[in-house]
Amino acid sequence: MSVAAPPDEAQGVDGPSEVATPGLERQSERAKARQGFLLGLPAILYLLVFFVIPLGIVVAYSFATRTRSGRTELRDWNLNAYARLGDDIVLTVAWRSLWVAALTTVICILLAYPLAYFISTRSAVTRNLLLVGIMIPFWSNFLIRTYAWRVLLDSDGLVTQMVQATGLSDGRILFTTNAVILGLVYGYLPFMVLPLYAAIERIDWSLVEGARDLYANGWGAFRRVVWPLSKPGVVAGSILVFVPSFGAYVTPAILGGNKEGLLGSYIVLQFLSARNGPVGSAVSVVVLGVMLLGTLLYFRSGGKNL
Amino acid sequence: MSKGVARSTAEPQGFSRWWLRGHSLLVFIFFYAPIVVLFIFSFNDSNAVGNWKGFTFGWYEAFLDNDNVQKSIWVSVKVCLFSTVIAVVLGTASALALERFRWWGQKAFDAVLYLPIIIPDVTMAVMMLVFFGETAEWFNVIPGVDLSSGLEKLVFSHVAFNISFVSVVVRARLANLDASMEEAAADLYANRWQAFRRVTLPQIMPGVIGGALLAITISLDDVVVSSFVAAVGATPISVYVFGMLRKGVSPLVNSVSVVMLTASISLVLASLVFSRATGSGREER
Repeated sequence: MSVAAPPDEAQGVDGPSEVATPGLERQSERAKARQGFLLGLPAILYLLVFFVIPLGIVVAYSFATRTRSGRTELRDWNLNAYARLGDDIVLTVAWRSLWVAALTTVICILLAYPLAYFISTRSAVTRNLLLVGIMIPFWSNFLIRTYAWRVLLDSDGLVTQMVQATGLSDGRILFTTNAVILGLVYGYLPFMVLPLYAAIERIDWSLVEGARDLYANGWGAFRRVVWPLSKPGVVAGSILVFVPSFGAYVTPAILGGNKEGLLGSYIVLQFLSARNGPVGSAVSVVVLGVMLLGTLLYFRSGGKNL
Repeated sequence: MSKGVARSTAEPQGFSRWWLRGHSLLVFIFFYAPIVVLFIFSFNDSNAVGNWKGFTFGWYEAFLDNDNVQKSIWVSVKVCLFSTVIAVVLGTASALALERFRWWGQKAFDAVLYLPIIIPDVTMAVMMLVFFGETAEWFNVIPGVDLSSGLEKLVFSHVAFNISFVSVVVRARLANLDASMEEAAADLYANRWQAFRRVTLPQIMPGVIGGALLAITISLDDVVVSSFVAAVGATPISVYVFGMLRKGVSPLVNSVSVVMLTASISLVLASLVFSRATGSGREER
């Protein structure tokens, strides 16, 4: 999943290096810069109109005034919406989202790490086959994959019956926070497996061999060599799982109960039912902030690929 | 890479080896069991979702008879096609601009281009909702644009997030290419357009097609943004299914789901086969 190839400074950006006069060179450089700008211009304008301005409006909404009728009016700028973020309801929902996202991430690491390790120790052919096996759910329709759990968790669904058969509980998982976590783990697990695989596959196994030669046992070699070397993958996967889980809306809407919404559901509720644009916008701004912070941390930690 | 020699060291011995295998098998079952069960239950002759009563094609017949479902699929296809074409053109142009040129404001554009990828769906949805709410009158002034039908809004918002995905995939391809071919073409008095048409475009084609497939997938998958901007009478299939799920499940959803899932899995396999055939190597996302 290496998408964010860093701009390659070394190649093909300088143009012809041997130009007779420095004046000419500067001129051609300027012409090239203009061409590049013009080439990017359509996309720049598009994103300006359909992304930057909408983002600006949401930020503006978060400081705007809500009229009695539920309209948001861009006047009398205030911080009321942000003050509302301290309300018990918002804090409870935020705390639950944080907790659900964190738990989802940890479960994904526990499930994905051994699998990624297993895949990267296979022969090339098996490895590619197994990777295709991960790719298919990765690219398949998320909504439908989430819905599939509804069939399994239905009151007489397969999983419900299996849980009942063990006698440990009544098997009622659907419409609880546990079902939401299950759905999120299921939905985002491929996002954890792929970066972990990329990191583990890159490990130079002769280092492990070296550790073994120095009488490290299997666990010691793993803890001292493999784990530290695979950490960038753990960080990348964690961000790819945590961030969408934190803002999740579809999964809780399908598998969760009405009373235990997450931040994503709360934002939707503010806009579509409560008609409170400012509060909805303020929560969106905060969620976006958390996300940006997470992503920045990721790039800081040395990750280049998204 | 020559890590194969020491790869055997990597595989644990004894108990942990079997534990690793068992665990991996279970995770794969976890991945596929729900999909398989959904597939089987789409043939279930019962009004309840989870209880097996017998085999029927009834839900597929109901699917074919349902005009709303058919209409939604058309909306999805139209939105997907228009938005993908626009996103591919704009995304490829911006990838070239960023990868092959140096210009003022480039860094800022680069940063903005990443935002639609990492922004949560819900935030993007809210942005589109308030944006179209505030600017609807201005758009309706433009001849030929009618936001109230909803189709335009869907296309506009899908392009807004898909430009970035296309651009990222094409850039990954461009970064691995040597610019010297283009320079050679320029030295041979090809103008910029000719150099692009004859040299660059054929080389980046796998990236462009990969980006297009990604854009198609994301456009068809999108629920949250679409459900915020869709108008009555022009709901894409994902939004329609989401609505059905929230109202209470009928097994009709199962057959619709299987059709959608088959479509998206075919897309994945097509892109895998394609990337294998063109040797573009690792899948990008």
